[in-house]
Amino acid sequence: MIAHVHDNNINYIKTKTGLLSWFVTKDHKRINMMFLISVLIFFITGGIYALLFRLELWTPGTHPLITPDTYNHYFTMHGVIMVFLVVVPGIPSALGNFVLPIQVGAKDLALPKINLTSLYLYWIGGILAIVSLIAGNADSGWTFYAPYSISKNPAVLWMLTAAFFLGFSSILTGLNFIVTVHKMRAPGMTWFRLPLFVWALYATAIMQIFATPVLAITLLLLLIENFFHIGIFDPAMGGDPVLMQHFFWFYSHPAVYIIVVPAFGITSEIIAAFSKKEIFGYKFVAFSSIGITLIGFLVWGHHMFVSGQSEVANTVFSFLTFFTAIPSAIKVFNWTATLYKGSISLQTPMLYGLQILFNFTIGGLTGIILSILSLDVHLHDTYFVVSHFHYVAFGTTIIAFIAGIHYWWPKMTGKMYNEVWGRIASVIVFFGFNITFFPQLIMGSQGSPRRYYHYLPQYQIYHQISTVGVVILALGLVIALVNLLISLRMGATAPQNPWGAHTLEWEAAESPPVLFNFKETPIVTHGPYAFATEKT
Amino acid sequence: MDTTKLFWLPEKASTFASNIDWVWTLYFWISVAFFVIIIGAIVVFVFKYLRRRPEQLATAQITHNTVLETTWTAIPLVIVMALFVIGMKGYWNMRVAPSNAMVVDVTGRKWVWSFDYPDQGISNDTLVVPVHQPVRLLMTSMDVLHSFSIPAFRAKADVIPGRYNSLWFEATKTGVFQVFCTQYCGTRHSYMWTAVKVVDPDTFNAWVAVASDPSRGKTPAEFGAILYTKKGCIACHQVDGTAGIGPTWKGIWGTMVPLEGGRSVLVDSAYVRKSMLDPGADIVKGFQNVMPTFEGVLSDKEISALTAYIISLK
Repeated sequence: MIAHVHDNNINYIKTKTGLLSWFVTKDHKRINMMFLISVLIFFITGGIYALLFRLELWTPGTHPLITPDTYNHYFTMHGVIMVFLVVVPGIPSALGNFVLPIQVGAKDLALPKINLTSLYLYWIGGILAIVSLIAGNADSGWTFYAPYSISKNPAVLWMLTAAFFLGFSSILTGLNFIVTVHKMRAPGMTWFRLPLFVWALYATAIMQIFATPVLAITLLLLLIENFFHIGIFDPAMGGDPVLMQHFFWFYSHPAVYIIVVPAFGITSEIIAAFSKKEIFGYKFVAFSSIGITLIGFLVWGHHMFVSGQSEVANTVFSFLTFFTAIPSAIKVFNWTATLYKGSISLQTPMLYGLQILFNFTIGGLTGIILSILSLDVHLHDTYFVVSHFHYVAFGTTIIAFIAGIHYWWPKMTGKMYNEVWGRIASVIVFFGFNITFFPQLIMGSQGSPRRYYHYLPQYQIYHQISTVGVVILALGLVIALVNLLISLRMGATAPQNPWGAHTLEWEAAESPPVLFNFKETPIVTHGPYAFATEKT
Repeated sequence: MDTTKLFWLPEKASTFASNIDWVWTLYFWISVAFFVIIIGAIVVFVFKYLRRRPEQLATAQITHNTVLETTWTAIPLVIVMALFVIGMKGYWNMRVAPSNAMVVDVTGRKWVWSFDYPDQGISNDTLVVPVHQPVRLLMTSMDVLHSFSIPAFRAKADVIPGRYNSLWFEATKTGVFQVFCTQYCGTRHSYMWTAVKVVDPDTFNAWVAVASDPSRGKTPAEFGAILYTKKGCIACHQVDGTAGIGPTWKGIWGTMVPLEGGRSVLVDSAYVRKSMLDPGADIVKGFQNVMPTFEGVLSDKEISALTAYIISLK
């Protein structure tokens, strides 16, 4: 064993100085912070695209500043950036990376160099994606359906290459989490003493490892088609465009659960901590994450009910899809039950946590209706689907991401943000989000198609409410961000455990943690939500 | 209470619409009930158990309750299985057309729809159908994916290059109903609209008599002007002198136009014909190679009529 020269009494931010010390670090906490900054930059970029095309949608018809092609480019950029660079890597890489090792009582992830590699792969993939999409003026939407996507320009090949790098970043993070959870738990940290955030990340990691390679297979097939002119997806060469949809969704449906399951984990942590309650039905919640993972692999065809897929396949996919409702419902019921007889504190993370319950209830209920075969035919490819998706990807995942950033901010930075401004921002975000997306459910049910630059005048009122909502939402997000940034300079010093939570990062690690997280290896003697041990 | 009239769902004009809308209404109230119970419970708990003193603890630690958890696993399971069966029945009904259905061939191309009535020998840019008559659409695409959606009929299916997809419907009232393309297909995706015109059987028969020979009583140029709209030339070619996605037709006849690659060509019958059948061969400078071929779509008579129309646009 090589003796460590680092001083394990200083917090991780101050252990070493200089920019280079960050770029070559193997510390999961520093890598997490670099991921966090990167993801936030991409989030702002993707958000600006959304703001621009929502302004375009204020009126139907043509616009002097935004042509149809520009609009198509904007929604493609928004979708690709938000899915592949923000919501998929967001919570695992930019929060889980920091929190998971500490929550299991480890001094780092099991494979620190692999962790740094995964950050570099993310950067390579991110830059490649942005450059190729802008240079190629990509306009195929984030779904890249053939033959449109391959008929026009090679941007899709470059984008898939980017997705290949991003995919490996995701796979390596997942692998790292699985190994860490199996091998690096502190003495006494049994599986059922793991915080639910760890269970959620573990379930996500399984999906990352098994689903993501399909992206690489798709890329390979596209390359074969492109260079050897063997028809695979392109009907002009005898290929089948529907086959590409199968490949796409075989990855992208599990990706939806990669997006949302970590958010469930954060929600569980926050609901417990701010109710001072043991999570009701811990095992049900833990296993429901694993359950969603397994079912999530078997339902990709529900994106293709009107694609020409056989009626029998549609029926089977519809049947299986309904089962995803069960673990999702269990979680919502259990979170609600956790509040019962709690001691509920409406601090900023909890305000976001309660929003998640609200938004995810709508996101889940609107998902079930899309599994009803006969109704999906009407709702497919309308704003109803757009709204449902955003209730999950934004209303649940992004809100959980923001909730998690606020919850672990004192731990990550050692600073307390302004609580009043934090709460104000969270309320504005709640109204902004719902004003943006609820009207889309209504106009979608009326048949308004998605990805439309121009629309029937009867939908205008809903578009206008939605655009007003997005401006409110942006305002709330800006206030939240400014509040966090100000705290870095002017915030009060964070105590070790400002929320009174019982997971290891609060009970056993300083704010911010020392280089190896704990001054001495923690011995775990109780579960993650041991509020029963508290006495007044 | 039927909220669908206020906010949800468009007007209904097919046999499916009623079969689907009651499922919507049923599910709408199930989800409202769940929403109110969940959100109601959250609101009540938050107010009732709000931490009023900093040191206040939870009044009970309830780790689990197997009966409760089994119950709220079982109830949603029963509900979603019922929804599955209802949805499946409705869906199979939508997929299996009755044997007496009238067949119409639908072709999607960027960014126009065309309809061919094989039994009546009609080709048209809107779908005209008799009321209370099952109609089966046999659909394919000449270029990329499209999707044929009639919200008032609750009917939709993707239109795929290289294979056929179908849908059927039976209209229950006369009128004109919106058709959208709902599968993203590029620049003018959001303009790829047409209409289903539902008429009574007598009107339909009268229409068939006229539509089966659209050139009757017209000069070639007049017939060409009709084809200009019907065949979708209008989507890209303007006749007022402004450039669209393709060059304008006004004043182009008899001129030398520069081509991509440096050559020039005289706009005569041969060039006009070639541009319709092999549009990628000679691209006018400054435009993109995006026009699909009209080989097999336009007859010789129609090409002549369109040529006469272009000549007439001085």
